[in-house]
Amino acid sequence: MDVWNYMTNNAARCFALTLEHMWIVGIACSIAILIGVPIGVAITRNKNLANKVIGTANIFMTTPSIALFGIMMPLLSPFGHGLGEVPAIVALVLYSQLPIIRNTYVAIKNVPPELVDAGKGLGMSSWRRLREIEIPLAIPVIIAGLRTAAVMSIGIAAIAAYIGAGGLGVLIQQGIGRSYTPMILAGAILVSVLAIFVDAFMAGLEYLVTPKGIKVGRRMRHG
Amino acid sequence: MITYEDVTKIFGGGPDAVTALKDVSFEIEKGNLVIFLGPSGCGKTTLLRLTNRLLTLTRGSITVNGQDVMSADPVKLRQSMGYAIQQIGLFPNKTIADNISTVPRLLGWDKKRIQERVDELLSMVQLEPSAFRDRFPAELSGGQQQRIGVARCLAADPEILLMDEPFGAIDPINREEIQNEFLRLQRKLKKTIAFVTHDIHEAIKMGDKIAIFQDGKLVQYDEPETMLAQPKNHYIADFVGADRALKVLGLIHVEEVMDRNPPNVVKHDTMAGDALKFLEEKSFRHLVVLKRGKALGYVHPRQLKHESASVADLAVPYPVKVDADMALKDVMSFMLMHDMRVLAVMDGDGNFAGTVTYDQIQKRILEIYSGEDEKATEENPK
Repeated sequence: MDVWNYMTNNAARCFALTLEHMWIVGIACSIAILIGVPIGVAITRNKNLANKVIGTANIFMTTPSIALFGIMMPLLSPFGHGLGEVPAIVALVLYSQLPIIRNTYVAIKNVPPELVDAGKGLGMSSWRRLREIEIPLAIPVIIAGLRTAAVMSIGIAAIAAYIGAGGLGVLIQQGIGRSYTPMILAGAILVSVLAIFVDAFMAGLEYLVTPKGIKVGRRMRHG
Repeated sequence: MITYEDVTKIFGGGPDAVTALKDVSFEIEKGNLVIFLGPSGCGKTTLLRLTNRLLTLTRGSITVNGQDVMSADPVKLRQSMGYAIQQIGLFPNKTIADNISTVPRLLGWDKKRIQERVDELLSMVQLEPSAFRDRFPAELSGGQQQRIGVARCLAADPEILLMDEPFGAIDPINREEIQNEFLRLQRKLKKTIAFVTHDIHEAIKMGDKIAIFQDGKLVQYDEPETMLAQPKNHYIADFVGADRALKVLGLIHVEEVMDRNPPNVVKHDTMAGDALKFLEEKSFRHLVVLKRGKALGYVHPRQLKHESASVADLAVPYPVKVDADMALKDVMSFMLMHDMRVLAVMDGDGNFAGTVTYDQIQKRILEIYSGEDEKATEENPK
């Protein structure tokens, strides 16, 4: 119950840190989408490039987060942003690239070849096929990638407190420093709850963007 | 009109190069439905896909209505031809109306014209527009989807259709039906069609002409009758099947062999004795009994013996009605089922028009196949 007491006594602070956390993740994910989705689409047109791009994104993904934040500091300090939100956001954007790019790529590649052939044969340009067939059919899987990226980023952003980015990681970091368990737990629980909410929200979004014809098809298959 | 001239397609390069088509030349005349026939890997689909530049020619030329396809804009070229494939490829995220109107929308037709065209096409393929327009492909049966595929390829009323096994994905009963419907449409629309199939029955049924391919080469290009009657070599003879004599019967109609003034007819009021005498004199074994221009039935010598009634009372009605545009295949089948060598043919008003006999059918088959054996041995000397 200490955790509950801590949270109620510091409600304003917890709320402010949660907002800050959401802000960092939100900005990072928005930038990641703007970069990742077009890259994912672009590499479907070139298999060699696809392997290279996905390989690179893989490297970012497998770098330990604490190390990546560490690398950001010297890289960004010449621009006056070695600490704080900016390096955290840059690192989160890099982390999110793999699920976003890979899901976009796979989703578009998995559009049944006969649909692409029919579209081509009827005289749709490459751009038109993308807009009318490939992206609408791929979008549920693309959103699923965003969902993975968002949930993952919420967890990783907690560590960004160590480079002064703020967010719920601050509770955990300070709790560890003071050996004050309720504070650590409060941070951990709020991060988890936030992740669960965002995950549910994205699941709803996934359903919303699924084309009606596809939903009808699913219902037909499952009786 | 589509003209193929020395069409050659090589996939890949160097030691891995595969020649899919080699020096193929022929012409599809305007308004004809030409079948590209052959086993898988013979090059038939490759040729189709070269025609709308889904593949790129290696050598030779393809001209469509006088225009070289290689100098055309591929997207515009494809919009000018209908395209239907075996997997149908309806877009699952689009309604039936949007699927059908794919090409008209690409061509920028206005909304009203598109709506009218969609309804017209749905009616054309026997689907109720108000019931289907706003549904999604997943809600339709295979046969219905295939019809939509055909409607979509006809949408902008292209003069040329390219169809790659368009009825390949449905069950035989539905296929038969949709083939018949399509043939009816084609008689009206007179499109120039390249139609790929590996089904010899479909080929004979649908084709004005058939192009048979083997290993990337055009082996024979002829009308179905000729293909069945005079297969150029053993490959084609095997492909069209050992039962090709039966298949050719499917293409010949009663009117081509029937006897319009048969001698073995009697009037209904002839007495049995006189009829028997007539039969024996002429050594006929079958006599058609006529009453006011209609065939009452037939009599055999056996039935007439020791009878004193008129033939009208003795006549056995014909078990089936044969008309002049029936295929000999069906007539032959009736003859076998009912153990009869002669059947009476009726005209549109039910009047007697003549007879068709087993011997006439056989004579016709022999005429068609005379000379085939020599040809086969010539090409494959043992």
